[in-house]
Amino acid sequence: MTDTIVEHADRTLEVGTPLVEMTGVGKAYGAIRALEGIDLTVNAGEVTCVLGDNGAGKSTLIKIISGLHPHTEGTLKVDGQEVHFGSPRESLDHGIATVYQDLAVVGLMEVWRNFFLGSEIRKGRYPLAPMDIKGMREIADAELRKMGIAVKDINQPIGTLSGGQRQCVAIARAVYFGARVLILDEPTAALGVKQSGVVLKYTAAARDAGLGVVFITHNPHHAYMVGDHFIILKLGRRVLDRKRSEVTLEELTAEMAGGQELEELSHELKR
Amino acid sequence: MSSPVATRKSPPPTEEVERPKKSLLSALLTRPEIGSVAAAIAIFIFFFVIAEPFRTLPALSTVLYASSSIGIVAVGVALLMIGGEFDLSAGVSVVTAALTASMFSFQLTANLWVGVLVSLVVMLAVGFVNGYLVVKTGIPSFLITLGTFFMLGGINLGVTKLVTGTVATQNVADMDGFASARAVFASEFVVGGVTVRVTVLWWIFFVALATWILLRTRLGNWIFAAGGNAASARAVGVPVNKVKIGLFMGVALMCWFYGMHTLFAFNTVQSGQGVGNEFLYIIAAVVGGCLLTGGYGSAIGAAVGAFIFGMTTQGIVFAGWDPSWFKFFLGAMLLLAVVLNLYVKNYALNRRS
Repeated sequence: MTDTIVEHADRTLEVGTPLVEMTGVGKAYGAIRALEGIDLTVNAGEVTCVLGDNGAGKSTLIKIISGLHPHTEGTLKVDGQEVHFGSPRESLDHGIATVYQDLAVVGLMEVWRNFFLGSEIRKGRYPLAPMDIKGMREIADAELRKMGIAVKDINQPIGTLSGGQRQCVAIARAVYFGARVLILDEPTAALGVKQSGVVLKYTAAARDAGLGVVFITHNPHHAYMVGDHFIILKLGRRVLDRKRSEVTLEELTAEMAGGQELEELSHELKR
Repeated sequence: MSSPVATRKSPPPTEEVERPKKSLLSALLTRPEIGSVAAAIAIFIFFFVIAEPFRTLPALSTVLYASSSIGIVAVGVALLMIGGEFDLSAGVSVVTAALTASMFSFQLTANLWVGVLVSLVVMLAVGFVNGYLVVKTGIPSFLITLGTFFMLGGINLGVTKLVTGTVATQNVADMDGFASARAVFASEFVVGGVTVRVTVLWWIFFVALATWILLRTRLGNWIFAAGGNAASARAVGVPVNKVKIGLFMGVALMCWFYGMHTLFAFNTVQSGQGVGNEFLYIIAAVVGGCLLTGGYGSAIGAAVGAFIFGMTTQGIVFAGWDPSWFKFFLGAMLLLAVVLNLYVKNYALNRRS
């Protein structure tokens, strides 16, 4: 499973090098401030977990890093250079790839078309140049086999694969195209236990290959299994920011569950 | 890093993944065109049996010409629908194109080719505006193009009346460039005793080109992705907005082409025509397997849909029936096609590995 990642990972990556640095980043949609004062660093070879309940600002954070919505406050640096992404393409060109939970793939398109979507291999540079379909099929097939994803037919619509397999195809695709920063948006949210395990292993493999991973989730158990650094968001603000050595799973779980609020609630509901 | 998840090399795949050859039936059933091809064969046999004049080659030529009259624009509409959008303004756009070329050349006494080119620019602008409004506002293309449909319809009538004082344009048959333009857009030639209209060849060419684009090029991949899951496509760097605007311009281009055909085939243009044809294009595309929700379909399917249209319009005449029933038949075809397409889509997605 690690073959693909190690093969395609950028060999110049050194563990601990900051790849993405956010300082005081915020985002306002008109009068609504979805996110403010976020400091976050993504280091090579580390998994930064961003936890939070629905509406905590996780999605906004991802959208800023992946170029879907530009930030309105603070600075975003990639490799030490300040950037302001106007489109996902710009973010991708900086080696930042995002794998979304629900929109990772186009269900009705074939597996190989999904694998190469947006980065198709062409046989020429002129408009309407034919794609190298045979080559793309072979590469996609080989890469998926290396991962142990059993696809009967590389030409089948990707919607026929299981949820975990689809996530893995999306992650493999990102890594194959030279991603150095991988953003995983709730990769395990819709998956069963076994399939979550597959995705978590793959996440750890990406980390070990030296990629910087941002793991977005609302499941502290999953986060704690792979994370090096934990950030909890609540109503667009950061309420916890700890290294792995500074926090236990219990603290994380309690904080996620609502911490102080939960205690008050349990007091209130005491029977 | 202390992580409880140790990353080991995964064991080599224990068993070679078995890859049985897909059964021919299964492969066929996942093609978007399958329903329309089956229907086309059935309808062909039906009219072949029931209407004697239908069995001749000249009749086939007539059917093909009628098919191309819908099929050319339907190619553009099919691509647009695969890209997840609609264009209700396509019917009147054809007339707008013809009126523009005709009146521009006539009023300025310019060579007709000047009018043809001006019309091309105007139409591409119409397509661009449709697409731009759709992607920038996020309002469903149904509503945007419903708006432009009425606007263009009004402009067609209003401007024609202002310029010519009547509801039709002047005859352009004796103007410079007419002969050469007619040769390109509206000529006919004889093959083995059968008269073939040039639009049939153009139609086949456009279908082939669109099929090439859809299946063999990067742009085709992007069209499917833009219609299948725009957010997902955007996230991997597909310029979804540009693709969609381009598709609207593609429809406008086909409208321009067919508009030029009507101009040079009939020499004058009635400004009130075209209303309702947009639905015929959509029906051809849907009967041919395009999903209303986008992401699935084919140009060949749309061509077969147009062929069914051609066979039916002409077949009813050849059979000596009351043509009033034609619309009923068209509606029934559409319903059947939609149900069948739903089945095909589900079959394609449930074909578990």
